[in-house]
Amino acid sequence: MKNSVILGTLAVAGLAAAGASAATLDDVKARGTLNCGVTTGVPGFAEPDANGVWQGFDVAVCRAVAAAVLGDAEAVTFVPTTGKTRFTALASGEIDVLARNTTWTFSRDTDLKFDFVGVNYYDGQGFMVPTALGVASAKELDGATVCIQTGTTTELNLADYFRVNGMSYEPVPIETGAEAVQQFLAGACDVYTTDASALAAQRAGFANPDDYVVLPEIVSKEPLGPLVRHGDSEWADIVRWTLNALISAEELGVTKENVEQMASAPGDNPEINRMLGTEGELGAMIGLSSSWAKDAIAAVGNYGEVFDENIGESTPIGLQRGLNAQYKDGGLIYSPPFR
Amino acid sequence: MSDTHAQSVAFVRDTEIPPSPPPARETGAIKWVRENLFSGPMNSILTILGLLIAFWLLSGLIPWVVNGTWTGNDIRECREILQGSGGGCFAVVAERWPQLLFGFQYPDYLRWRPSLAFVLLFLAVPPMLFIMFLPRWTLALSAVYPFLAYWLIWGGTILTPIFIALAVLFGYFTFAKIEKRGFVTGLLAGIVVAAAIIWVGGLVAGEFSRFGRLEAVESRAMGGFMLNLILGIVCVSLSIPFGILLALGRQSRLPIVKGFCVVFIEFVRGVPLITLLFVANVVLAYFLPPNANFDLILRVIIMITMFSSAYIAEVIRGGLAALPKGQYEAGDSLGLDYAQSMRLIILPQAMKISIPGIVNVAVGLFKDTTLVSVISMFDLVGMIRGPILSSTDWAGVYWELWAAACILFFTVCYGISQYSQWLERQLRTDHH
Amino acid sequence: MTTMTDPPKADGFRFGQLINDTRYRSYTFQFIAIVLLFLFFGWLINNAMNNPVLQQVGIDFGFLADPAGYDINQKPIEYTSQSTHLRAALVGGINTLIVAVLACITATIFGVIAGVLRLSNNWIISKLMAIYVEMFRNIPVLIWIIIIFTVAANTFPAIQDYRGDNPTNTPLLGMFAFTNQGVFIPSLVFDGAGGWIVFAVLAASILGIFALRGYARKKLYDEGKLVKILWPSIALLLVPVALAYFLLGQPISVENPVMGRFRFEGGFLLRPSLIALWFALSIYTGAFIAENVRAGILAISSGQTEAAAALGLRPGRIMSLVVLPQALRVIIPPLISQYLNITKNTSLAIAVGYMDLTGTLGGITLNQTGRALESILLLMAFYLSFSLIISAVMNVYNNSVKLKER
Repeated sequence: MKNSVILGTLAVAGLAAAGASAATLDDVKARGTLNCGVTTGVPGFAEPDANGVWQGFDVAVCRAVAAAVLGDAEAVTFVPTTGKTRFTALASGEIDVLARNTTWTFSRDTDLKFDFVGVNYYDGQGFMVPTALGVASAKELDGATVCIQTGTTTELNLADYFRVNGMSYEPVPIETGAEAVQQFLAGACDVYTTDASALAAQRAGFANPDDYVVLPEIVSKEPLGPLVRHGDSEWADIVRWTLNALISAEELGVTKENVEQMASAPGDNPEINRMLGTEGELGAMIGLSSSWAKDAIAAVGNYGEVFDENIGESTPIGLQRGLNAQYKDGGLIYSPPFR
Repeated sequence: MSDTHAQSVAFVRDTEIPPSPPPARETGAIKWVRENLFSGPMNSILTILGLLIAFWLLSGLIPWVVNGTWTGNDIRECREILQGSGGGCFAVVAERWPQLLFGFQYPDYLRWRPSLAFVLLFLAVPPMLFIMFLPRWTLALSAVYPFLAYWLIWGGTILTPIFIALAVLFGYFTFAKIEKRGFVTGLLAGIVVAAAIIWVGGLVAGEFSRFGRLEAVESRAMGGFMLNLILGIVCVSLSIPFGILLALGRQSRLPIVKGFCVVFIEFVRGVPLITLLFVANVVLAYFLPPNANFDLILRVIIMITMFSSAYIAEVIRGGLAALPKGQYEAGDSLGLDYAQSMRLIILPQAMKISIPGIVNVAVGLFKDTTLVSVISMFDLVGMIRGPILSSTDWAGVYWELWAAACILFFTVCYGISQYSQWLERQLRTDHH
Repeated sequence: MTTMTDPPKADGFRFGQLINDTRYRSYTFQFIAIVLLFLFFGWLINNAMNNPVLQQVGIDFGFLADPAGYDINQKPIEYTSQSTHLRAALVGGINTLIVAVLACITATIFGVIAGVLRLSNNWIISKLMAIYVEMFRNIPVLIWIIIIFTVAANTFPAIQDYRGDNPTNTPLLGMFAFTNQGVFIPSLVFDGAGGWIVFAVLAASILGIFALRGYARKKLYDEGKLVKILWPSIALLLVPVALAYFLLGQPISVENPVMGRFRFEGGFLLRPSLIALWFALSIYTGAFIAENVRAGILAISSGQTEAAAALGLRPGRIMSLVVLPQALRVIIPPLISQYLNITKNTSLAIAVGYMDLTGTLGGITLNQTGRALESILLLMAFYLSFSLIISAVMNVYNNSVKLKER
């Protein structure tokens, strides 16, 4: 700080910057929009549709936060980020929250100074190969050519997996998932590896999905979740509890349909009442209006609805809930109580 | 004696024999073919080789174009229509044409605005390019254009561009009035006036933000070929004044100014543009004030302008160096100070010499704007590689899209470079 | 304000003199320039220091010593995923140089051929060359790189065709396999020291040829005797190498690519990314070099050729003794700046995933460690030092070929 003071006096006094550590919440409110970092396009998770409107599972988190903070789910500026730019975009203050299939790892949480606020999708790294290759297990892939999206944890997991199993491979690093898929389909690599959810999503979009098979091995844990800058706990709380509100809403049976009606008057479940602002002052504790959670749920639906709408079994992507079922149903999705 | 000859000859021709036609192999097409295509064994081999190459290229290209289809909603329909006739699936170009031009985020009901700005470009540019054939007042069109185009593309109240234009105008007038009292004084006064007008304008525009209002579009929404054109035009225009300053700085006798200019120019020219774009993308945001709305496109414009001003500076330096020393001495002997002799004598001539070089830099830069696709901006190349090729509808249609991109770039770049060559001939003052 | 009729007094100093008196003005300007520069950079640095994340993370090059954790496909030096980030950067740097050198060589070949042929009086050839030059000069190199990459990945035969017991496709001559995963070519295997001796003999032969040429030229200039060197050169090139090769018991062998479970093993693999980058850069820069070559040849006035002809030189000698030495003086400086452009353009490797320095240090290392500032600084430093070295060489050359004016 000493140096910064000296240099600061050198700089024009009026230009001394206010510092991005100033409450992100105030910035977002002043700006009137939420700047949300997303991928450049993963079907089901974040992708602009034909009209340029962003849709997807991660996009819903952005919209829910915008609805909770600003009362308007459309007040989001989506900033497409690549593996390279996502962290600096967040660190430099260009985006307020990063909702981009980002794996929660030790070093990202500590060394890079970010706060992961929760997990919205439990994933794991898998492999996809053409059926014609006749491979049944990832252990048979010695010597194969593997397409990977660079800058992701999958790249490191892949290196570890092949090293531990004493196998060799030829990595073909590719910047975006879309191009990796193109290369894979063109046969420029034998194996495509990424998060199992994305594999399923992309396989669903193939002309002949049956010509490709996802291998049974899941070689890593990939808890994906939104993250914010380290050091602004108030903002982290807002994003964390917006996500938790979506999760709790599913658990408690609050849906897009019935949320208005439930929020109109206190019901018999005190937790729903507290969450939807008909009882207590939870909204005020995080600096938001009392209807924050209602707005978020009304905008995107509860966790289950978001899942079903974007990546669930009724969509072309067709993912099963699996690990991402509510804890009551044997999954890992679990929200701390609203109390 | 004189008539002996007349008697010894029975017939004297009194008209000239018409020249007989040259042998068939020395005329017309045959001669041309023989001389140009088959003048020797080596040449004949080359000709046959060339014909084979041309045939091979055309035999691939023609069926692809002729049998191609422009209808169909996705690649599967396209393939059905084509039935393996080897034609191209140009339906992708037809369907995604607006996206190729404007990106996927520019609101579609507002696309007429950049289109109009583009059409107006053809009114604004000729006065600058062909001023020798047009009345001077047409230059006013060129001067108004940037402000008009800004308003059309980005929207917002018309007051903003009007006040900026006024600031430039009055700033220049002030400068011209006061310049007699010294260049620096004039410059400072001009800047003060311009700043004052912009400050007042900011207040007024804030107050009457609904006046002459077009729906505002964020820079982030710019995409497609429009983004390439915006980046190219904006950065080249901005970098010419910076380039002049840097070139003068590099020629300067002041060691600190010179040192800074040399280091800057050599640094920028020594690193690839992509690293500068990385800086714009991942590092520059740290160095700019937080919350100041420097979005990616603005940061990219800053870095590309830096990049091209260094190259333009080198071109202009070449122009300055090419002037005979006598011109500098002439300025001194007239008693002009540095600013006057530069402005009135040296720069006009140096710029004239540099124009073709500057145009070359501009073409190169325009091509280099495609690099922004690497930092996840959706310019023409970014659109093709990203949203279009990854959409399930069109995954697998490469050639048609890249051909469209090639044609767009080729048209613009070839046009500019032909203009540059024409201008070079026009500006040639020596006689051959 | 001082005026022309009011000469500055030697004793009095007024504020206006700082601007209007040429004696002081340069100091004033430089002072203002320094202050502005300091303010500007101070402002930038101040902003960075106020960034909350940067404050905590700091600037630290220590990550270079950590294990990289990722694999690189094209490894000119030994590298595993356990090597350090620094070593990964080194691998990338060498890969940059590999593709840069390859592209410089082929671009020169393309450029010279196209430049000379464009001046040919064969109409078809000169038009074809003009089309080539204009096409490639006016379309961005990034598009060419991607197009050629697409060609390599989509139009080369699928590697599946080579697999299995009854492959539908076999390598050309059993040596060259063009597949969509790259082109597999045979590699040379050096068997112990013997191979290197043969290699050394080859190098010595090449040096010998140069010496022979120098001798022939000296003979020509000093005594006017023309020494024929074509056949001696060929003999010098082949005979010692062949002798060494057979005497040492054929220590160099060719290893052909052989199909394994997934792809060819043994031999050498030219990856599609390398092919795309190499070929696109060569053909794109070749178009520019062609223009330089053409301009260089056109710059030599026809009087030179005529004068040489009047002296009785034959066309070949006119080219090699009169036109070329003069044209080279015009061609080489822009040629070297094209080489610089190639080196800088190799950074576009990132578009096709070639693991050059931008791909390793500026790509994966940056992505995995999040150390953007440090990685980009190092990246720029590499390219900058490389450019400065080439520029320095160019200046030395320019000085040596400058017309010696007396």
